[in-house]
Amino acid sequence: MLDASPQTRLVLDDVAKSFTNHLRGGIHLPVVQDVSFHVEAGEVVVLGGPSGVGKSSILRMITGNYGVEAGRILMRGRADAPFTDLAAASPRDIIALRRDVIGYVSQFLRAIPRVSALDVVAEPLLSRGVATSEARRRAGALLERLNLPTALFELPPATFSGGEKQRVNIARGFLTDHPILLLDEPTASLDAANRDVVCELIEAKRREGVAILGIFHDEEVRGRIATRIVDVSGFSARKAAA
Amino acid sequence: MTDLPLLSVRSLTRLYGAHVGCEDVSFDLYPGEILAIVGESGSGKSTLLECLSCRMPLTSGTVSYRMRDAALRDLATLTEAERRFLMRTDWGFVHQNPADGLRMRVSAGANIGERMMAVGDRHYGRIRKTAEDWLSRVEIPGARIDDRPTAFSGGMRQRLQIARNLVTGPRLVFMDEPTGGLDVSVQARLLDLLRGLVGDMGLSAIVVTHDLAVARLLSHRIMVMKQGHVIEHGLTDRVLDDPQHPYTQLLVASILEV
Repeated sequence: MLDASPQTRLVLDDVAKSFTNHLRGGIHLPVVQDVSFHVEAGEVVVLGGPSGVGKSSILRMITGNYGVEAGRILMRGRADAPFTDLAAASPRDIIALRRDVIGYVSQFLRAIPRVSALDVVAEPLLSRGVATSEARRRAGALLERLNLPTALFELPPATFSGGEKQRVNIARGFLTDHPILLLDEPTASLDAANRDVVCELIEAKRREGVAILGIFHDEEVRGRIATRIVDVSGFSARKAAA
Repeated sequence: MTDLPLLSVRSLTRLYGAHVGCEDVSFDLYPGEILAIVGESGSGKSTLLECLSCRMPLTSGTVSYRMRDAALRDLATLTEAERRFLMRTDWGFVHQNPADGLRMRVSAGANIGERMMAVGDRHYGRIRKTAEDWLSRVEIPGARIDDRPTAFSGGMRQRLQIARNLVTGPRLVFMDEPTGGLDVSVQARLLDLLRGLVGDMGLSAIVVTHDLAVARLLSHRIMVMKQGHVIEHGLTDRVLDDPQHPYTQLLVASILEV
């Protein structure tokens, strides 16, 4: 099927997305169409193209955050596992896929009142059954590597700076061993030293055989980590419509 | 999560004369799942909650519940004794107004102890110890154990109501606007507490709320109701970030950002 190799972890097959805004008289906004590409284990595929072309929408469809209008999004965690079509998955299936298969680092951290940075980061491990003390220890080690001041560990991230929040977000996404990892501009609000740490983390994940799909506007980062670039402009429904 | 639903609802309809309370509602709730029912006043969400929790008879349709022996039973076929047993032990019901769920004239400790005694616990020392433990879990100082809820603030009363409900280790908790009427800082504390307790105990819950932020924080799935009908139903973050129905779009667009 779809010339998938044993290494294939993620397949987008003729995926389309548009928005209909009923509050504006049902205005129809096409975003992308005919999106088709694979991501293999051990690859870092970067989505290219200008802002507004639909890159984030593609990532959000793959996490299940946006509905898939047409096409299939097939994913699997191992070579010998069957593919699951996320486009047809139930909410429970999507929650299970998020726990076990797809990791996602969003552009912005959604802070939860009163939950400390350390617990925000440790949470995905807890939901996978890791003991609290072990999860918090690993969360702390990763936050340290990302140079987050220890004094912040026990504070809720709501009042953190943009870069601090983003590092909490990155730690949360990188702590687990999800076989597919989606990254939406993880280095956008970081200084050079921390950008470097994130690049190292991405390279380590790639060597472990994680299938990585990301958006990076920083050319230097892109040049360093990308193994392949998929130009989303080719899938843009807006250009096609114009 | 196991693969068998805890609660199975089929074509649930409740009419008030010719007026529709809620109509043709169907869904399954799985162990460990939190479902939020959202909608405006009069959308039928409270009627639905009352019907699901055996507090109001259905006009038609069925609500089935998986009993502790794993059998799925139509709640309408339970005996009154079986139904009461469910409501006292396996279920919790958190009212918007704590005075509806608490006994205001007895102490905080007795409010918790009463639910334990309802399931057969008679050992005073153990009941008091457990009550103390639950007060601390809901962040009420142990020194307040002999005070009546009338002496508590609104937020404390709501936390006490939660402790009273959870002490018997229920598998399913119904909540009707659990944070309604509380100051935002008190709300945040309560939500954090609920999130933690629900996660630790692996509870299933059905939460009625008009507050989409509460739904986002607590629930896995959302059902949006309007005029007695479910108009959109799905994964919480998808319904909120990619709403399809015009009414859901209006609700989401009406959230104030700070």
